[in-house]
Amino acid sequence: MKPTIAVAMSGGLDSSVTAWLLSRAGYPVIGLSMLLWDRSQDNTYGRCCGALDMGDAKRVAQQCGIPHYTLQMEEEFRRSVVDPFVQDYLDGRTPIPCTRCNTWIKFDLFLDKARQLGAERIATGHYARILEGPEGYELHAAAEPSKDQSYYLFELTQDQLASTLFPLGETSKPEVRLMAQEAGLLVAQKPESMEICFVEGGVRQFVESQVEAEPSRFKTKTLNRPSQVVDRNGEVLGAGEPYYRYTVGQRRGLGLAAREPLYVLRLEPDRNQVVVGPESELRAPGLIARDLHWIGKERHDPSEALVKIRSRHPGVLSVIRPVGDGRVEVEFAEPQVGVSPGQAAVFYEGSRVLGGCWIDGPMTEDWTLVARQSSRALE
Amino acid sequence: MPESRDRIDQTMPATYFDHNATTPLDPKVRVAMEPWLGELYGNPASLHAFGQAARDATEVAREQIAGLLGARPAELVFMASGTEANNAVLLGCSWNTSSKGHLVVSGVEHPSVWKPVLALQKSGMEVSWVNPDRQGRVDPEQVMAETREDTRLVCLMLANNEVGTLQPVEKVAGSCQERGIPVLCDAVQAIGKVPVNVADLKVDYLSVGAHKFNGPLGAAALWVRGGAIFEPLLKGGSQERQRRAGTVNVPAVVGFGEAAKVAAEELEVRSRRVLELRQRFESGLERIADSTVHGRLAERLPNTSHIALLGADSESLLIRLDLAGFAVSSGSACSSGTVEPSRTLLAMGAPREEASCSLRISFGPRNTIEEVDAFLDVLAREVAELRRLSSVPQS
Repeated sequence: MKPTIAVAMSGGLDSSVTAWLLSRAGYPVIGLSMLLWDRSQDNTYGRCCGALDMGDAKRVAQQCGIPHYTLQMEEEFRRSVVDPFVQDYLDGRTPIPCTRCNTWIKFDLFLDKARQLGAERIATGHYARILEGPEGYELHAAAEPSKDQSYYLFELTQDQLASTLFPLGETSKPEVRLMAQEAGLLVAQKPESMEICFVEGGVRQFVESQVEAEPSRFKTKTLNRPSQVVDRNGEVLGAGEPYYRYTVGQRRGLGLAAREPLYVLRLEPDRNQVVVGPESELRAPGLIARDLHWIGKERHDPSEALVKIRSRHPGVLSVIRPVGDGRVEVEFAEPQVGVSPGQAAVFYEGSRVLGGCWIDGPMTEDWTLVARQSSRALE
Repeated sequence: MPESRDRIDQTMPATYFDHNATTPLDPKVRVAMEPWLGELYGNPASLHAFGQAARDATEVAREQIAGLLGARPAELVFMASGTEANNAVLLGCSWNTSSKGHLVVSGVEHPSVWKPVLALQKSGMEVSWVNPDRQGRVDPEQVMAETREDTRLVCLMLANNEVGTLQPVEKVAGSCQERGIPVLCDAVQAIGKVPVNVADLKVDYLSVGAHKFNGPLGAAALWVRGGAIFEPLLKGGSQERQRRAGTVNVPAVVGFGEAAKVAAEELEVRSRRVLELRQRFESGLERIADSTVHGRLAERLPNTSHIALLGADSESLLIRLDLAGFAVSSGSACSSGTVEPSRTLLAMGAPREEASCSLRISFGPRNTIEEVDAFLDVLAREVAELRRLSSVPQS
């Protein structure tokens, strides 16, 4: 007997084809859509969590001949994804809500819900692969690197991987679109959503509107006040926009006249300061991070891996040094530009995702020293 | 896994226990409508023979519906839905006056009443909400205690759509009449299930929808007592004696009339039949632990059973039951097909966890005892399984 599979259907192309492939392969399939952020009022379309797209998911489910249900998860989504996203900006970080959504919503709540409904497995339209290896289940990058989404999945656990299918992991986007066309799925021509699904307009405006709507939800730093732009030595170079409108590594929009191009080095929310400097100062020899997670066996000793410090980063060979309590230092083989607090550092061995961590900031020369001492003390 | 997975079979005939959401079309109604979906056509407002035939058909329907309600045909205004009828009265009562005024609204009303009321409140109307007791029944004295000099309207439905509790409309409307306060009675869920006579009820506005009693979708009516103020919601052509602009939906109205005629004839038989099914169900329910029937001690619609199954989340249970071939509901049907805790239950003072573990089973005269028995077995099985899965924390 084939296991019952719950497919997370967003109404987009990828999850539609996922449902189609599994139902055609003869699995008992239940289509489930998560109502995460209802924007039926403002007629947005082509995003992964609105009510209009739910309608598409329902129609595709009919085309696949499978039952479909909508699950109300707005409260959980707000609590686990949207509020932390806003708070991260206020704390001077640049968050990745998609990873949080995977960790807290799709592979946690959704999996629980699917099990409650009698499903044994869940499937999503992610471009990534799950393989069985000597250490248990392994997460691998998609066969087609240009669409790979494994970076966003680094927090998955063995239990989650054991219960999950990624049927699109071996395919490419054009193939998926072709399958949808051949199957006559009505979302075959649907454009891809690129932005963060719940943010309309600019991220900064979204952050401000969320805080203004309900300030008590957040630990607010200064909202809507011009920041001080300072150099590394604390010398004031001018006034800037509120600090949370900047991202580490940003060059444009600083509005400063300087001899050499200036970049945002870091944000100081408590002082409402934006620290800038030349490109050379943006280069970091490594990073420090928290919430270290290994998909397979936990590694306590320093190990080597290719580390990606943002989703489209090519990766840099690094030494990963756990320092206890989920904290970790990652030392790059060569300095990297754009180590940004709030982003994830994800460890790869070939196509395999070993694990990852959440970046607190770049490692300075001093930190390296301190960290080396503390890791030696551990040995 | 204890259960085989082949129950997800789209070809399996499902059993329908959701007659408060909508009902199957009565075969006689279909026969009456068919000519108007085929060879017959015409705009009832047209002067010529085609128009006259169409007009005659809608007027026959009007008489049939008036017959069911004990009303005068001329007091009925055809509309597209019960929602429209309720909105027309509520939005109409705020016009034509400079002062804002006051409304008394029961806490068990349908969204098509309470949402427009919220909109009126936003624009300055004062609103007194009167919550029901634990059985879902609103106290007439409490309603009257809330009325004031400037009370523009009292809203009290005849039968609640979720729990099915019958409300003391006659009593409230009688007292309101003495004080000259108009009453809107949403009777959509009651018509065709319990006898309704507008003259006895003493209300001023009463809404009724065809599809709740085996008529077609898209036909409804508002009964407006002769002499009551009425401001049209839709303005345009002079249809329905200038009370509702827009071409009358002739086929649906013809079906509405026939459904009213059949309901008048079969009301007693139907009520007895569904009551028998419900009694079978509610006595069988006793073997499921931690189950209760909401409003059990109150007078209810004969076909409606609203139950709480503690520890079995409605959303999951509804889906499991659907996959097992039984169509029920958690309360009022919501357009997106999602589940929210019932507003009625919360108003009745039910704790939130009870409200989120509730199911509405609404029987129809064509359901059978065998279906009820089969449902009880499946319900017991699914509730047990869901409780087991919900109590085990997933690693």
